[in-house]
Amino acid sequence: MYKLLLCWRYLRTRWIALASVISVTLGVATMIVVNAVMAGFSHEMQTRIHGILSDIVFESHSLSGFQDPQWHMEEIRRAAGDSIAGMTPTVSVPAMLSFQVRGQWVTRQVMFIGIDEATHAAVSDFGRYLQHPENRRQLSFSLRDGGYDTTDSQAEGPGPSRPALGGAGWQHRRMRVERERIWQKRLEEQEGTAAGVNRAGPTRPIDAQVDAVLAATGGSAASADTPAPAEATPAESGAGDSTAPQNPFAAARPEQGRTMDPATEQFTGVVPGIGLASFRDSKGIDRFLVLPGDDVKITFPTAGTPPKAVSDTFTIVDFYESKMSEYDSNFVFVPIAALQRMRGMIEPETGIASVNSIQIKLADGAKLDEVRDRLRRAFPAELYAVSTWRDKQGPLLSAVDMEMAVLNILLFLIIAVAGFGILAIFFMIVVEKTRDIGILKSLGASAAGIANIFLGYGLFLGLVGAGAGLALGLAITWNLNRIRAAVEWWTGQTVFDPSIYYFFKIPTIINPITVIWIIIGAIGIAVAASVLPALRAARLHPVEALRHE
Amino acid sequence: MSESHGRGPLLSVHGIRKGYRSGGGTLDVLRGVDFTLDAGDFVAVVGQSGSGKSTLLHLMGLLDVPDAGEVRLAGSRIDHLPAARRDRLRNTAIGMVFQAYHLLPELTALENVLAPLMVRHGVLEWLRTSAAARDTARSLLDRFGLGERLRHKPRQLSGGEMQRVAIARALVTRPQVLLADEPTGNLDEATGAGILDAICELNRRDGLSIVLVTHDASIAHRANRIVRLAAGRVEQVDPSAE
Repeated sequence: MYKLLLCWRYLRTRWIALASVISVTLGVATMIVVNAVMAGFSHEMQTRIHGILSDIVFESHSLSGFQDPQWHMEEIRRAAGDSIAGMTPTVSVPAMLSFQVRGQWVTRQVMFIGIDEATHAAVSDFGRYLQHPENRRQLSFSLRDGGYDTTDSQAEGPGPSRPALGGAGWQHRRMRVERERIWQKRLEEQEGTAAGVNRAGPTRPIDAQVDAVLAATGGSAASADTPAPAEATPAESGAGDSTAPQNPFAAARPEQGRTMDPATEQFTGVVPGIGLASFRDSKGIDRFLVLPGDDVKITFPTAGTPPKAVSDTFTIVDFYESKMSEYDSNFVFVPIAALQRMRGMIEPETGIASVNSIQIKLADGAKLDEVRDRLRRAFPAELYAVSTWRDKQGPLLSAVDMEMAVLNILLFLIIAVAGFGILAIFFMIVVEKTRDIGILKSLGASAAGIANIFLGYGLFLGLVGAGAGLALGLAITWNLNRIRAAVEWWTGQTVFDPSIYYFFKIPTIINPITVIWIIIGAIGIAVAASVLPALRAARLHPVEALRHE
Repeated sequence: MSESHGRGPLLSVHGIRKGYRSGGGTLDVLRGVDFTLDAGDFVAVVGQSGSGKSTLLHLMGLLDVPDAGEVRLAGSRIDHLPAARRDRLRNTAIGMVFQAYHLLPELTALENVLAPLMVRHGVLEWLRTSAAARDTARSLLDRFGLGERLRHKPRQLSGGEMQRVAIARALVTRPQVLLADEPTGNLDEATGAGILDAICELNRRDGLSIVLVTHDASIAHRANRIVRLAAGRVEQVDPSAE
């Protein structure tokens, strides 16, 4: 009983012990906050990576892809059985995106990805990241009349303002075309020439380009007599889904060689990443270089060998914003059938198309690695690569895990330093309390009892320090964004720039298991640090202790 | 207190030797001491500084172990017992009072008196027995005139009061023998006399067996017997101190 009483009295009267408590408190609080932020970042990043990638990606090593995705999907289903919840074929090629800003051409290197608009959203979170509410419900590559979000739909609370998107869509397109016509007219009046190649609108050069290129390379491109590949529906191109919709841009696509009216018609729709077309200004408002309704030029390689570059004009119909800047400033999505046609990936005799990859979504409860391994066994590795979304971003995810582990080791050293502080302070207290130890021994206290006083004292300090650290850590974590705002207001410096991370607040996740381990570690270190002083106290000779001055 | 008044030897030492390492050699403090305390007896051990009085008391109180010889309590040898048994005996059978009072500064007067009982009992047993223990401690402090000072810390008490708390603490376990090491050494004459009266009364009224170490002959004469130590040996035993 005396041990408890003395532990309590020492805790209340030895203020030097407060230094140990504070160091344990700060160490625990720091570890909780840093882990919460790291876990938050890691989770956000994984969510976003997984948002664009399906669970498993089945792909060809070649840019030309593999033929007959329908057959491949049946084989995949045969190999993986009930584990498959959905599949969609995609075609991805590196490409160059060009658009005009104030008369200047801006060109960006992009990954041009053909997706099946009917099935793609089912295998990934792709749909969630679009800017038009209707597109989020069901993606369409047809330009919308308007109604694009003018704030970030993913932001909790007020996100950045995007006033420019308010006028995007057909309205914007019509106004732009009208402006161009007036400008053209004035130009013609000034130059006194009535001729103008664009007076009646642009022509589509792509089919002629593809035919010419493929004919020259001996490929099996469609001849000039071939029916317009615009008829290639997603079902034909291997989407393999009876629910595949009608080609949505067929109505908007002009016949080959025919002039089109850009005020009422669009080119093939594309959905670029938002980072390709916008930037955030110093007031946090997103400014757009191009808008849905504007046309862009994209240059990409054909499927033949060697690949030849072809280019075509496309109309932006929406923006994609996963908040992973790597994706948002790199990806441009296009209807798969259009891309297959433009690249010459459709066998003219059979109408069977080729694809680069098949995105696979697994059923709930299916094991990612197990299904991957089954598919790897079922298909020759020389021709196909099967990888999970984690494999695809393996180095990045490993780097984050490694960073978190190293950071935790470093932070734990802070608590270890606190432990040495406890050790030093306890040795001091043992020296200071030598006579008391002698008194207790003269009253019959055992060596173990004396040791327990100091071990208990260490435990008390650990508990109080860890408890206070827990409270402080949780309070900071829960109010991190308020603290950030206060620091930014106080210093005038941006602590957390949303334009870098595309997060509007610092993401935090408190993992109870991590918190428990931190607390156990802190208490363990406090107790461990008190072992040596406790042993020293226990070994004191009672007579010498009583004579201690 | 003890009820063994006048029933033969209670505490005895035989051929006790004790030395301390000092520099390169050994300093022999006790060189074969024989000494007996009968039940209910009151013996004063006198001698000059360094004669080994306190060392003898520490050996009898099991705070130290002799190099040779033996210590017996009620006929049983106790000096060679395992540490835990000696701790137990020190807690239950022996009460000690020191010149420097040796109270625990973090505890109140009442808690200091209760300390030996807290050392004896675990938490649960203490919860069960604490009410009775508090009554005992209060009555002891009342008896020594400290009924109003229960909640005072040692630093709030005078030297005489602290020594009376120390005596109460030594008695709370109902020991068989009280070992007092210069209990009045730090006190002025009047206060010291009061403390000495209290100790003498414990022997006369309660029959408590007492060994009192002092270098003051006038104090020693209050005992029943005087044992004089010189150069580590018992030099003389005066059977009629009073």
